[in-house]
Amino acid sequence: MSDITTTGAPSSGGAQKVSQINEVVIRIAGNSQDGIQAIGGFLARLAGRSEQEVMTFMTIPATISGGPSIFQVRIGSGEVLSSGDEADVLLAFYQHSYEGHLTSLKKGGIVLYDSDHVQPKPELQGDFHHVGIPISSLTVEAIGGTAKDKGKNLYALGLIAKMFDLNVAKLEKLFGERFGGKDQSILNNALAAFHAGYSHSLGNILETFKFVDSHKKDGHQVVMNGNEAIGYGLIAAGVRFGAGYPITPWTDIMELLRRELPKYGGKFIQCEDEIASISMAIGGSYGGRVSVTGSSGPGIALKTEALGWAIMAEVPLVVIDVQRGGPSTGMPTNIEQSDLNIAVNGGHGDSPRVVIAPANVEDCFYMAIEAVNIARKYSVPVILLTDQGIATRIEAFVEPDLKKIVQDISPDLTPVAEHKPYDLSAPDGITHHLAPGTKILNGKYPVATGLEHDEMGHPTGSPKLHMQMNAKRRKKLMALGASLPVPKVYGPPEGNVLLVGWGSTEGPIREAVDRARAAGDSVSSLHLRHINPLPNGLENIFSGFNHVLVVEMNDEGLYGFGQLGAILRARYCDPKIRGINKTDGLTWKVKEILERAKSNVSAGLRKL
Amino acid sequence: MSQTLTATSAATVIPPAPEERKGLTKKEIAADHPTWCPGCGDFSVLALYFKLIEKRKLIHEKITTVAGIGCSSRFPYFVQAHGVHFIHGRALPFASGISLSRPDLHVFVFGGDGDAFSIGGNHFTHTARKNVKLTYVVMDNWVYGLTKKQTSPTSPLGFKSKTDLWGSVDYPINPLKQAISAGATFVARTTHTNPNHVLSVMEAAMDHDGFSFVECLSECVEFYEGAFDASNPRKGGVFNEVPKTHDVTDEAAAYKLASEPFPGYFGIFYKNPKPTKNAREDEIVKSYQSKVAGQADWEILQKTFDKMK
Repeated sequence: MSDITTTGAPSSGGAQKVSQINEVVIRIAGNSQDGIQAIGGFLARLAGRSEQEVMTFMTIPATISGGPSIFQVRIGSGEVLSSGDEADVLLAFYQHSYEGHLTSLKKGGIVLYDSDHVQPKPELQGDFHHVGIPISSLTVEAIGGTAKDKGKNLYALGLIAKMFDLNVAKLEKLFGERFGGKDQSILNNALAAFHAGYSHSLGNILETFKFVDSHKKDGHQVVMNGNEAIGYGLIAAGVRFGAGYPITPWTDIMELLRRELPKYGGKFIQCEDEIASISMAIGGSYGGRVSVTGSSGPGIALKTEALGWAIMAEVPLVVIDVQRGGPSTGMPTNIEQSDLNIAVNGGHGDSPRVVIAPANVEDCFYMAIEAVNIARKYSVPVILLTDQGIATRIEAFVEPDLKKIVQDISPDLTPVAEHKPYDLSAPDGITHHLAPGTKILNGKYPVATGLEHDEMGHPTGSPKLHMQMNAKRRKKLMALGASLPVPKVYGPPEGNVLLVGWGSTEGPIREAVDRARAAGDSVSSLHLRHINPLPNGLENIFSGFNHVLVVEMNDEGLYGFGQLGAILRARYCDPKIRGINKTDGLTWKVKEILERAKSNVSAGLRKL
Repeated sequence: MSQTLTATSAATVIPPAPEERKGLTKKEIAADHPTWCPGCGDFSVLALYFKLIEKRKLIHEKITTVAGIGCSSRFPYFVQAHGVHFIHGRALPFASGISLSRPDLHVFVFGGDGDAFSIGGNHFTHTARKNVKLTYVVMDNWVYGLTKKQTSPTSPLGFKSKTDLWGSVDYPINPLKQAISAGATFVARTTHTNPNHVLSVMEAAMDHDGFSFVECLSECVEFYEGAFDASNPRKGGVFNEVPKTHDVTDEAAAYKLASEPFPGYFGIFYKNPKPTKNAREDEIVKSYQSKVAGQADWEILQKTFDKMK
């Protein structure tokens, strides 16, 4: 929490002082059923409506119900790049929340705890500002005894709203949208709990806070998480068919598509298994309109054979991989970037496919559309690689111009004179299938096939054709690579250290750059959103730096490089490229990146 | 609203051909020469598929032929129509993807017993229970042919193969019972040695609005010669048609009839139409679309985004 100015009466008078702040990190710790995600969601949405930036981070237990869970929200009037290393305020519902999360609280930070459940430790009283409020019993008092544990999240939100002078009218509107369903009493209870918290005397908190006005953004903001952004991006891109099988954390996307697609005349099918899902989605794509499937962890492994077919048969497809900790069942609700290898190389044989990775929630929306368009243009499967962190992270971003963006990709069934599905003379090897239903006037119909084939799709054992077709499938991707924009360096284009990242880590890496440069260190960063193929020209960027450190949430591997690190090493043969890796299942803290970069640089290149 | 095929096409069977148009000739519908061994039962199935297309005046572009992996699954290469040769065991979900997104097409799936009941067993069960509209013809030869004589899920006990030199020890699957218990709405059995019967069963399967399953015995002369002689009158066997008194809507009776030892019966065992997956999904689409009638896709999405502000 960065104080700007302090106004109001001095605290000696007993009146609360009001500090102007430009951002705050609030960590809410409880159990998964306490509705703490709801508090975080309301805060995030409110920030979005107040033209503030917001980023959230949550952990959920992998168990069916109960278990410790946290939701961290960082709200700022300026740019918010990560969910924050340390919290300014900890809201602790239980003893385990209190003891487990005080370490994430800044020295001198405020711990707001439910004194019905938490026994504060005397030895910690000096380090943190303790505020105990019997949240559970006061909630019961406010809304009646029947709903013992329900509503205390809103009571706590009331306390937070008071502390940070949040816009009550906007919050009430959000409650109305969330609870204003059939039963008016639910909304009334929510409002009662919230106002009881809001009007509770903050007692020994002798200051409250007020956000400075945010930098005005153009237009309205929408607030959603990465999984939602992908789902709506696919709909905007014109996807109207897909199939999937439930697996965390991909499931939200399939639920969204199942629920939303019928409005647009589309269908999303829940299949008997992962293999059926990708097979059905490829069937949909073959039917003439790019379709989608997706999964996480082991589900992706199951899909690889069919993926190879789509590459061989040159049928477009979008596969969403919401990565989680692996291998095997691994850490289903933790964040990891360890599916890059399977995304780029998974499958038998030489099977070039496209892999792209959005950097933030807004990017999830636009890259879902890009994935569809690349798949269509190059008749190739595109894997959209996100992770558990970005999937559940809520961000606000400028509302897209949907009228311009939403596209219609209905199949074109106009009869053609003749058709070669695998025409070797096609420029850059790019050919397209005709959707079934298309009349071919010369009476020669194609077969989409997984066998090596001739130009009509009929099987061949010819070594020459196999080489030509391999080249065709490769050349398409090279053409795509050549068309990709060279990513821009964040910070000066030359210097000592270049941090390279991909996927959801863009925010913390940029914040690390900002912090390092503020301290006088020469650090820049480069974020890759297109990974297979890579854009051209990266070697020119790397040549401007002494150290190229690839920051990834995956293991350092047998040879000391993470998964992207190994690809960049192989591609550029540059000994400057090294890795900063971790697999603790949590997002990068800015501090961690900086410390690891520092020790890496001081260890020097000789280490390798 | 962008025009979607789901919304605009009637989910009926094949549209009736105009009177004046002739059916496609064998020459027009045949593609590559089949790669099957001389004498293979699959030749008859292919010939009768051509006959079906000709007789019912189906047109090239309105049918799609899908197969998985196996000798019989080479089928699509031999048919002059949009075709798909997919991966082993997964032809049904692929075909379902076409069927559910393109109601204007009739999807025929061909395959063998390994594809259907071994590697693809899960998909067989679920496609049947969901009653996805498509026709599935399994050419059952009781052996793995493409890989040259290993035990198949339908190989009888004692069958000597390269993976069971002493004779198969695993109890075989009964495809008809499997289909009936999975909830298939059309279950029939025929054999390649009786062409007229194959054609009539395929026609009935095609006309069925739902998942129509046909087990067609198709002898592998190379690796299981004589397997079906007991069902072939020309080889001294008997060809018993399903009794006229059999009630095809009686699931228990169908199951019982399917339990008869080889050669058993031939014909339609079970036929009990119920709403298809296609129809049920279309209902959902219809009801959702009625709520957003007159709005362009971007306007529908805009409404959703407005709630996320």
